[in-house]
Amino acid sequence: MSEQDVLNPEQMPHDPEKATLEGKNKFMGFWFFLGGETVLFASLFGTYLALKDSTNGGSTSEELFGLELVFIMTMLLLTSSLTSVYAMYHMKNHDFKKMQIWLGITVVLGLGFLGCEIYEFYHYIHGEHFTMRSSAFGSAFYTLVGFHGGHVVFGLLWITALMIRNAKRGLNLYNAPKFYVASLYWHFIDVVWVFIFTVVYLMGVL
Amino acid sequence: MSTMVATNKKGFGATLWDYLTTVDHKKIAILYLVAGGFFFIIGGLEALAIRWQLVKPMNDFVSAGFYNELITMHGTTMIFLAAMPLIFAFMNAVVPLQIGARDVAFPFLNSLGFWLFLFGGIMLNVGWFTGGAADAGWTAYAPLSTTSLGEGVDYYVLGLQISGAGTLIGGINFLVTIVNMRAPGMTYMRMPLFTWTAFVASALILFAFPALTVGLFLMMFDRLFGAGFFDPAMGGNSVIWQHLFWIFGHPEVYILALPAFGIFSEIISTFSKKRLFGYTAMVFATVLIGFLGFMVWAHHMFTVGMGPAANSIFAVATMAIAVPTGIKIFNWLFTLWGGNIQINTPMLWALGFIPTFTLGGMTGVMVAAASADFQYHDTYFVVAHFHYVIVGGVVFALLAGTHYWWPKMFGTVLDDKLGKVTFWLFFVGFHLTFFIQHFLGLMGMPRRYWVYLEGQGLDLGNLISTIGAFLMGIGTIVLLINIIKTSVKNEKVSGDPWDARTLEWAIPSPPPFYNFKQLPLVRGLDPLWVEKTEGRKGMTPAEPLTDIHMPNNSFLPFVMSLGLFIAGFGFIYQKYDLSWLIVLFIGMGITLGCMLIRSVKDDLGYHIHKEDLKKEAEE
Ligand code: HEM
Ligand SMILES: [Cu+2]
Repeated sequence: MSEQDVLNPEQMPHDPEKATLEGKNKFMGFWFFLGGETVLFASLFGTYLALKDSTNGGSTSEELFGLELVFIMTMLLLTSSLTSVYAMYHMKNHDFKKMQIWLGITVVLGLGFLGCEIYEFYHYIHGEHFTMRSSAFGSAFYTLVGFHGGHVVFGLLWITALMIRNAKRGLNLYNAPKFYVASLYWHFIDVVWVFIFTVVYLMGVL
Repeated sequence: MSTMVATNKKGFGATLWDYLTTVDHKKIAILYLVAGGFFFIIGGLEALAIRWQLVKPMNDFVSAGFYNELITMHGTTMIFLAAMPLIFAFMNAVVPLQIGARDVAFPFLNSLGFWLFLFGGIMLNVGWFTGGAADAGWTAYAPLSTTSLGEGVDYYVLGLQISGAGTLIGGINFLVTIVNMRAPGMTYMRMPLFTWTAFVASALILFAFPALTVGLFLMMFDRLFGAGFFDPAMGGNSVIWQHLFWIFGHPEVYILALPAFGIFSEIISTFSKKRLFGYTAMVFATVLIGFLGFMVWAHHMFTVGMGPAANSIFAVATMAIAVPTGIKIFNWLFTLWGGNIQINTPMLWALGFIPTFTLGGMTGVMVAAASADFQYHDTYFVVAHFHYVIVGGVVFALLAGTHYWWPKMFGTVLDDKLGKVTFWLFFVGFHLTFFIQHFLGLMGMPRRYWVYLEGQGLDLGNLISTIGAFLMGIGTIVLLINIIKTSVKNEKVSGDPWDARTLEWAIPSPPPFYNFKQLPLVRGLDPLWVEKTEGRKGMTPAEPLTDIHMPNNSFLPFVMSLGLFIAGFGFIYQKYDLSWLIVLFIGMGITLGCMLIRSVKDDLGYHIHKEDLKKEAEE
């Protein structure tokens, strides 16, 4: 496949993300990467479960967590996953404009989630004096949830960079796999959050 | 290295720039070989220093503190900076050729993986110059590691984190390469065993390294940011580190050992002039070992107090691994059986490997018996055991592979006489060093102690052990002389000097940068041999001559890794002075900036036109 074919938006096949060998490689490599990320988060969850009651006389999860904010955050992130599905749907139909719009909505929802998380951490640190150094529970909480938050930040920067970079030239076989794996990453972040919601917050207050 | 300069008629500056920016898997292989070899020598010198300290009772060659640094850095260097990269050297040099691919799936990431490893390795060793390297053992158990003074253990944590990221990237690259880039006809069950073992080892890397990543992060937070994961005073639990470390650590030994098995499978089959006996069983044994490798990590923790139930489960699971390993040993023996055996240097290593590794496996089953392990644990018996598998298995394989694939990588054959001298010095030295250690251990000599008392029956054994270590050192020097001699002589060989069986031998040595002018059509196991038995000289092409797509070189991987290296210092020294956070941000800024450039700047590669390929063929 020559450069012209790769960059020509007129000849887009149905699965633009997997139409070239590079695209196929990227697609599969990213799935493998997510496999590794799964082990990473599993290790963090394991650590958290081992230490969640080691509060060292400080704040406990029952005292700290409330479900209202976390519920909003969950809704924001779940919805953003859905909107990124719409974006990929439009990518497969070669409708670049609609894809950009839905990705934009995804980013806005992600920012909303992030804002809530920052508010939450700020509240714990300054309101409750609960930090990474308070107890082993504190260390485990901020590390697990913070790693997820860090992934959200990275995902937002990534998707935004792709949107800006390709705003003028539209979709082609070279950037389609990039958009696609970024959206995969976003789904993965969402799945991890579902576990955090259950293991950290639900199990923490019940 | 002289060979590097000799094969390119470019000036030194141009050659250097070429290697700093290369994305060619064959050149990256050479980088891994040189860097891994360098660290192997460093680790070897550390081993010699340890053995010199133990040559006689109550010796005072080094201080107790320095001794701790030596054993820690020896173990860490050998595992992460010598054995791993040398395995990657051969994976890079050989796997794409064996599956008939022009390149790896991610040439850019391949280069990034190397530079991350190298900068991580340098980071690890910076500690030597800033008041003391890591000294908590290569296992870095908390709270020894979390309370170790100075920055040594910080360098361990950040160095391993950076180089570990490189390894993970390398693993993903090989997984995708093997799944997606095989030549027409190269089905899974026709893949050479080295490729199979590289494949399974890459999968192990993918699922094992993230556990180490997390462990290192937690350790970093404890040491540098006041967290309390492993600190009982804050409610923490130091055994969590041990679990995370060994969930990574046990698969790690198979990450090293499986490709070693692969190397020997190639060598034994080539020089017995027979296809590998029980190929299918070998493949399944490889996969099974990889799978079981994840179920046994706690056999390193029998004495921690997990209780009899957990200990028994892990003991039985561990012993089960002996079954597929035994299958392999017998298959190698049956491959030799009735073969037309040619004994040269690579084959000598293979023949030395079989009994040596079997001994290591036997002591492995012994230490796997949980109740008995209470006696063996942390004695020289364990040191003997793991050196039998890791030197007798992995290092023997790396040395065998060096002699076997040297022609493919550099186009010259290492001197066979000198090669045999290296083998005998190293082989005899090895058994002198480590066989006696079984008995030292059984007599109660603990590992990681810097002195022992006179008159306890340990003197002679330790003396013998040290003499053996120096024999191995001399063997290594002979190998270096051999390399220099061969490179200076520079006698070029054909593409197939061993009359071998697999695809890498179907193309010139060293191969052209695009590997295969036309992708080969694979018609069976040992594809080149299949063609030879039917009277053809080389492979039948699977496609007409067409333009070849190639990736562009890039300097970004180097800069990206450099950024993390710089950031590492910021991470460490901000514990004394927060203004070091600036260094952290600069370093991370460099790395993230490079990632952004990589993401937004198109990199489509270029084409070699078929007209040029034709012209080249005529010349
Ligand atoms: C080839 C010559 C080698 C010699 C003479 C040698 C010698 C030693 C000695 C004396 C120790 C210290 C034992 C103790 O007091 O606990 C040691 C530890 C160790 N060696 Fe080697 N070694 C060699 C090669 C290797 C290789 C190739 C590897 C790995 C690929 C390796 C991995 C280790 C490890 C992991 C430790 C444990 C370090 C620790 O206690 O933290 N060694 N070795
Ligand atoms: Cu193990």
